[in-house]
Amino acid sequence: MLGKTAGGLFWMFRYLERSENTARMIDAGLRISLTRSSAADSEWASIIDATGLREAYLQRHEQIEGPAVIDFLLRDKTNPGSVIAAVENARNNARLVRTALTREVWEAVNECYMVLKDKLSRPIRDRELPIVLQTIRQRTAFVRGALHGTMLRNDIYDFARIGTFFERADNMARILDVKYYILLPSVSQVGSMSDNVQWETILRATSSVRAYQTVTEGDTDPRSIAEFLMLDRRSPRSLAFCYGKILDNLGYLETQYGQHMPSFEMAEKVAGRFNNYSVEAIFDFGLHEFIAEFLNDSRALGYQIEQDYRFIE
Amino acid sequence: MSDEKQYFDEMFGRGETPRGPYEDYFAWFSDEDTRRLARKSQEAEALFRLTGITFNVYGRAQAAERLIPFDLVPRIISAREWSRLAKGIEQRVRAINAFLYDIYHRQEIIKAGRVPVEMIARNEAFLPQMIGVKPPGNVYTHIVGTDLVRTGDDEFYVLEDNARTPSGVSYMLENRETMLHMFPELFSKVKVQRVSQYPNSLRRSLSACAPNQCSGRPRLAVLTPGIHNSAYYEHAFLADQMNAELVEGHDLRVVDGRVAMRTTQGYKPIDVLYRRVDDEYLDPLNFNPDSVLGVPGIMDIYRAGGITIANAPGTGIADDKAIYSYMPDIVEFYTGEKAILKNVPTWRCSEKDALAYVLDNLEDLVVKEVHGSGGYGMLVGPAASKKEIARFRKKLESKPGNYIAQPTLSLSTVPILTKAGLAPRHVDLRPFVLVSPDRIEITPGGLTRVALKKGSLVVNSSQGGGTKDTWVLEE
Repeated sequence: MLGKTAGGLFWMFRYLERSENTARMIDAGLRISLTRSSAADSEWASIIDATGLREAYLQRHEQIEGPAVIDFLLRDKTNPGSVIAAVENARNNARLVRTALTREVWEAVNECYMVLKDKLSRPIRDRELPIVLQTIRQRTAFVRGALHGTMLRNDIYDFARIGTFFERADNMARILDVKYYILLPSVSQVGSMSDNVQWETILRATSSVRAYQTVTEGDTDPRSIAEFLMLDRRSPRSLAFCYGKILDNLGYLETQYGQHMPSFEMAEKVAGRFNNYSVEAIFDFGLHEFIAEFLNDSRALGYQIEQDYRFIE
Repeated sequence: MSDEKQYFDEMFGRGETPRGPYEDYFAWFSDEDTRRLARKSQEAEALFRLTGITFNVYGRAQAAERLIPFDLVPRIISAREWSRLAKGIEQRVRAINAFLYDIYHRQEIIKAGRVPVEMIARNEAFLPQMIGVKPPGNVYTHIVGTDLVRTGDDEFYVLEDNARTPSGVSYMLENRETMLHMFPELFSKVKVQRVSQYPNSLRRSLSACAPNQCSGRPRLAVLTPGIHNSAYYEHAFLADQMNAELVEGHDLRVVDGRVAMRTTQGYKPIDVLYRRVDDEYLDPLNFNPDSVLGVPGIMDIYRAGGITIANAPGTGIADDKAIYSYMPDIVEFYTGEKAILKNVPTWRCSEKDALAYVLDNLEDLVVKEVHGSGGYGMLVGPAASKKEIARFRKKLESKPGNYIAQPTLSLSTVPILTKAGLAPRHVDLRPFVLVSPDRIEITPGGLTRVALKKGSLVVNSSQGGGTKDTWVLEE
């Protein structure tokens, strides 16, 4: 496979995952603003922070407020992190790697782009927003479904999956990076345990509300939220799960190519942390420091994968 | 009555009842509800959009990706008509390859005085770098798209021999897929020869031209100028269908005397490169030094037998519009037979008498640029205004050698489906020909292009033309 194609697949699935995660974060913000309007603006601020786009946003808007944030994250084409830009990038990468995709995967991503381009061509009114967000989640899920159902399990599939989980873990870590303080034990002493708006946002933004409740049988506390989002291997969005998958797929690549690569060892080191540490150990180490270190390692791993598999010259 | 039928209609001839090849189709069509067909037409468009069968229009950011309109009334050719066409095309393509070999070696045809030396020596399409080069299997034009027009029951003309990088074959294949998808029942009533073998044939044909240095199963790649090229869809489609890599210039470099592509496991040599990049951009070391689309040094590897380039560089000398007028001689010279397919009579404006005639008759003639394509830069006399003719006259007078002229042909029509039912529109036909050392294979049918505007003779997709599925009936 061409190095360029491997890179195209990796990025195609990163962009798709990103657009879906952005939609989930907007969903969480919307929920807060509908149910607890007093907390809304600070929630939108932390969502902008989690996307890493505060500076770009403030160049275009004076204040952080719901409608402007939603527009910026969904449909501002000058914002490279917006859903429409991400979906367009995903589709451009799909065109680039068209020969590596089945017809089903290509059609799913092409239709995803056509539908969202149409839906996001005009400003979104409040009452349309839930449907638009649902469409984003649904259309990206179709692509994933087509990938599962129709693609050979070979290097092409591996690069697609590595891109997916790399982006998912990265997005999760960014949310944790912005919100870590609400999960610290000291904060949990303050306020009502079961009615913490902050906890709800973080679970919603990572699409983990129901899963978390199932696992904890209804009890909510910050320690178990942190544990669930980082270490629970049953959750397809946890850092441990994502890195397990990345490691699997890098391993399959090594088997197929018969080559051992530095990127595998780096991923092994990162994944190892999730195996070896308990949530208590992470808190002892410092939650914020742990996440910051993870984000650094993740950046380095992305760079190494690009080198090892010759995405660019 | 017969006055109205100035043009030969392929469905109804010059009368009111369907001709033989269209009888079964017309019987089916007459039982169909036209509203259902109109809906099908929209379905087809949605299908094309979903599949992404688009072409890019240069310089128009807004409509960067456009669909070529598809008309769902097929163009039908009988087995008998086709077998004669196929013989004529094969003869012509054989002659073109012999001509190219000769022109880049001993130039017997010039010595024999059948083609004047200026036609070659002063022609930009002639590549001195190809002199003495022997392409693998002596094949120059691996893929040809011979443009044909019809003017009567038994009258076909060759309009152009596209011997460089003919495009459109993906539309031939997708049009058929779309028809099979929309009207499965129709194909059980009318027996149509299949076209879906084309990608396999292309793969086999290119593999048969692998270079000396190829060991084992030939590795194929399609070279595209990139995602913004107007035919990118087709490049990706063909690479996908024949299981080849789709590469751009920056994926390639010369490694150990071979042209190699950057894969996830290092550089791997390519044996056959189906390039959809023009000669000029192929190799910045040998041709245009500013090109970023090509591979520096590929011509040197080619000459040393390290890679096959399809089509070979320098084939443009054979489909040049000035050379075209010599094709009957060329066919006769190399095959010893009279050309089966007719040439359109052509005035070479480089010749004094011809130029005088053309200038006197501009309003009746079609005048084309020798190196033009895509229907640009041409004058269709009968359809042009006085002003346009005057403007063109100036261009022609200043550079007569740049132009040829032909009579306006009464192009045949095939009906398209309009809101008011069937309506005749002018068509041409581009069959696709594959040349390998041991055979010439022509896919039955080809791409029918149709001028959707009433009365228009310009079928080019860049100027409002559409396409039709083309059926060659089984015997």
